[in-house]
Amino acid sequence: MSKQNPEDRLYSREHEWVINNGDGTVIVGITDYAQEMLTDIVFVDLPEIGRKVVKKATVAVIESVKSVSDVFAPLSGEVIEVNAILENTPELINQDAFGEGWLVKMRLSDENELSMLLTAADYEEMLKEENN
Amino acid sequence: MDETVLKKTPLYEKHAALKAKIIDFGGWAMPVQYTNVIDEHKTTRNCAGLFDICHMGEIEVNGPQALDLLQLVLTRNLADQKTGQVKLSALLNEEGGIIDDLTVYKMNENSYMLVTNATPKDRDWAWIKSIQEQRGFDCVLKDLSDETGKLDLQGPRSEEILQKLSAARLKDLRFYHFCKSHVAGFEAIISRSGYTGEDGFEIYALGTVIGQIWDKLMNVGADLGLKPAGLGARDTLRLESGMMLNGQDMDESISPLEVPYGWIVDEEKEFIGKTALMARKTSGLSRKLVGLEMTGRGIARHGYKVFRDSKEVGIVTSGTFSPTLNKAVGMAFIDMDCSVPDTPIEVAIRDTVTAAKVVKLPFYKREKR
Repeated sequence: MSKQNPEDRLYSREHEWVINNGDGTVIVGITDYAQEMLTDIVFVDLPEIGRKVVKKATVAVIESVKSVSDVFAPLSGEVIEVNAILENTPELINQDAFGEGWLVKMRLSDENELSMLLTAADYEEMLKEENN
Repeated sequence: MDETVLKKTPLYEKHAALKAKIIDFGGWAMPVQYTNVIDEHKTTRNCAGLFDICHMGEIEVNGPQALDLLQLVLTRNLADQKTGQVKLSALLNEEGGIIDDLTVYKMNENSYMLVTNATPKDRDWAWIKSIQEQRGFDCVLKDLSDETGKLDLQGPRSEEILQKLSAARLKDLRFYHFCKSHVAGFEAIISRSGYTGEDGFEIYALGTVIGQIWDKLMNVGADLGLKPAGLGARDTLRLESGMMLNGQDMDESISPLEVPYGWIVDEEKEFIGKTALMARKTSGLSRKLVGLEMTGRGIARHGYKVFRDSKEVGIVTSGTFSPTLNKAVGMAFIDMDCSVPDTPIEVAIRDTVTAAKVVKLPFYKREKR
């Protein structure tokens, strides 16, 4: 079973989480449910710092032994920091998707997009529907 | 994925109960993983894994001219094959391309069993049947695929596990040999062979009892560390061991001389496709299947392009992260002049090119007992 989805953050329909730092920047990662689906994460391709992405564009690529999966930017903005430690220890995402396994920090270009994201309760509801 | 249109093996319900992730493999609903690929891979290398291989095909050839037919359709000389011996061979089309790579089981002087890949099975059947009819060989072909179940028990503890359920003297059964015996009280063919690079067995029995054999093996094997393993681990295991996958590393446009299958072609005998094959050889082969290892960051995957000094020189046929070696490896078709081991190449991964090099196959070889 996947871990509880923390209530201190927002979620996308593509299984990413977003922590709003309140200063126009956010931290982005994938949910525990997503890492369970991917299993065996062996490679992470992170964007270069300064890259501008629009919402739903590919911001990172996560590979398991068998699969290659795009991570879509949950919001539009500029990449200001990446979790470079994942380059050598991608399995951190499997071990701690909501914490040490974070992917990127972004400066938002449109904070209004935050309102489009889901709360933890909404996200859990969505997972239930997906699994039925 | 619509699982209702996919063919199911007799073990499908067991996979579902184990909450395996099911994929469409050539029209079959097959388990790709039960827990995760790395764990199932390492379990097989270090202990033992049990694989559902019921999707593969079995074709029996019986009659006084069974051998004559097989000698004509297969590349390998089977004249010296002994009863109880297994031989890998290739089935070619007239152009010398590989229809299938299959194993030949000699049951007795007049009886053989061919074990085919799942996807090309119907093609194999139609091709061999048409040649048998054209040439009037005195033998009968029988497609046993639907009624036959197959389990692969692979890994260093396989013998210990299987011996608990069989009276066959397994320690005397040599690699690429088989015996007719019983497993868990059911008639079975036990073959010491497999597709993982480990010691292990391929077990054939009626589809109606294969589920009971699976359960008994899991029961006696659990304490020794046996776990079910899916097609994901099967793929990484075979790739590490330098074995090709039909339909992915080769197809009907590829000849056995361009892949590491020269050793199963016997140029001293006549076989279908030989004329075209020899002509290809004389005119010079332009490409070759080689091993590759990523030296830069990234994982090569099927279909990625290969470059040398910015010039396109080939294509990746298989690629993965190797759980045993902890690095990214693969196979690629590459221009002959780039095929020497240690040649530096690049693989186009998404929007960048990443450094790699040609290496010798296999990537992994088990230590022999």
